[in-house]
Amino acid sequence: MKRDKVIGAILLVVALSAISGLALITVFIFREGVPIILRVGAKQFFLSTDWEPSLGHFGILSMMVGSLFVTVGAAVIGVVFSFGLAIVLTQFSPPGLSAALKPVIELLAGIPSVVYGFVGVVTLVPLIRRWLGGPGLSVLAASIVLGVMILPTITSIAIDALQAVPRSYLEGSIALGATRWQTVTMVLLQAARSGLVAAVILGMGRAIGETMAVIMVAGNALDVPRSLLAPVRTLTSNIALEMGYASGDHRQALFATGVTLFVIITLLNVAALAVSRQRAGRRRTK
Amino acid sequence: MGNCPSGTADRDGDAVIVAGGLALPFRTGAKLFLHTLIVILGSLLLCDGCGRTSASSVNLLGSTSIQPFAEMLAERYAKDFPGQFVEVQGGGSTAGLQAAESGLANIGMCSRSLTAKESLLFTPILIARDGLAIVVNPKNPVTSLSIEQLRALFAGRIANWNEVGGQGGPVRPITREEGSGTRESFVRLVMGNERISRRSLTQESNGAVKELVKGDPAAIGYMSLGLVGPGLKAVAIEAAQPTVENVLAGRYHLVRPLLFVTKGAVNSATQKFIDFVLSPEGQSLLAKEGLVKIR
Repeated sequence: MKRDKVIGAILLVVALSAISGLALITVFIFREGVPIILRVGAKQFFLSTDWEPSLGHFGILSMMVGSLFVTVGAAVIGVVFSFGLAIVLTQFSPPGLSAALKPVIELLAGIPSVVYGFVGVVTLVPLIRRWLGGPGLSVLAASIVLGVMILPTITSIAIDALQAVPRSYLEGSIALGATRWQTVTMVLLQAARSGLVAAVILGMGRAIGETMAVIMVAGNALDVPRSLLAPVRTLTSNIALEMGYASGDHRQALFATGVTLFVIITLLNVAALAVSRQRAGRRRTK
Repeated sequence: MGNCPSGTADRDGDAVIVAGGLALPFRTGAKLFLHTLIVILGSLLLCDGCGRTSASSVNLLGSTSIQPFAEMLAERYAKDFPGQFVEVQGGGSTAGLQAAESGLANIGMCSRSLTAKESLLFTPILIARDGLAIVVNPKNPVTSLSIEQLRALFAGRIANWNEVGGQGGPVRPITREEGSGTRESFVRLVMGNERISRRSLTQESNGAVKELVKGDPAAIGYMSLGLVGPGLKAVAIEAAQPTVENVLAGRYHLVRPLLFVTKGAVNSATQKFIDFVLSPEGQSLLAKEGLVKIR
């Protein structure tokens, strides 16, 4: 008994130290970043596209737009393939195939992001440059690379969501004379909707936070991208590109970029949590 | 992941056998580990002491453009003078100045001229000069540019190669990230009061710039003269080819200083290393690597 308590206490300390680490990081980022936002003015900082630290111009709008474009692009590509995969693996494929495919998809999550970036630079970028024009390093390239990177996240959550749909729904639909495809689109996807939305949001959270692969394939130009083929700089790549050299106000402005990213990702996670809670709540009332 | 229940029992069995096999070596291993730990901790303590007090260790920190050359010099120095240690770290020119100011490093490495404010604080020592080469894809027919044209290309005022004698097509300038010593030198030597176009692609290393220019006939970039390799074409600036001879003769104008920066009085070990770098032997080592000797 006594031993249980001691072990419990030790585990509590370990758990708390992990959380306090997170809390300290949060406090640190905000303490370093918020003052410069106030000094520059929130409006100037968030709504100006002029980023020229050596001249004291700190406006991150083009990076925010860049992150948004790349993330939405990645979500579109990720969703098409992930949902397709999830539907096939749960409904249509023979058990042997899903047993073989699932681990492969999970393996995708284990590939380091720098490898994705490298493959993107070596194969994807020249293809885009050759066939679609532009510099190759572009919103499109970043979206495709990120779309593949978030595939495992979205797929595995989507599979869980689809498998959570009660079998009786599907059997009822088939019994009423619906085809399998009609059952999938009209019953399965509807019933699993909140879970699928949560999957997409979590995938977007991963995409917006990814750095290394994006730096390598996005081109990092400061301009607001005007087409899918234009280069783009995201919030994360801005921090990673300039952190090594920055000092003074510049350094603080990069922390402020981090604060912005932190808030966006927190909002995305809260949204995902809220959506999946809603699902759980609804199921309980049934 | 629980998706292969049939294999679980087997694996557990394996694990037990492996654990049993490891049990004996592990006990002696633990002792060994403890000893290693003591040795590591001890040497850390010792090193900590010698780093601060003994005069035979010199710390360099700063520009990643100078870092490989400094490492090479440090290696030769250690061979020539046994017992003398020189440690070299990167971090960038600005970080190098900060380290020299705080005393973290004996010498800061800086690959650009000091600003007026900085030159009041520090003592710069010119160790070599480095040409800044302007590179394009070999498929690009342009072979020579004026500084004025170069500025217009990077500022985005000239957006088509046919305006500077090339085939028609968009110009894609490639620049380095904010704070890079190479970028700051380029801005000072070429851009004047103009700003580099916001549309220019930004890459975080010389290697990335190289790869991009190699693959894209519309690209133009800048990098250290010593780094220009196969697959790249360095263009003449103001009719002068970027060569060491032209830099020495003063005909090639895109030249930046490579500096060792110190603050206040330096200790004897630091001075000895600086003397070595400035000696004929140190200078010829640098020249062999494609840099331009100071004398």
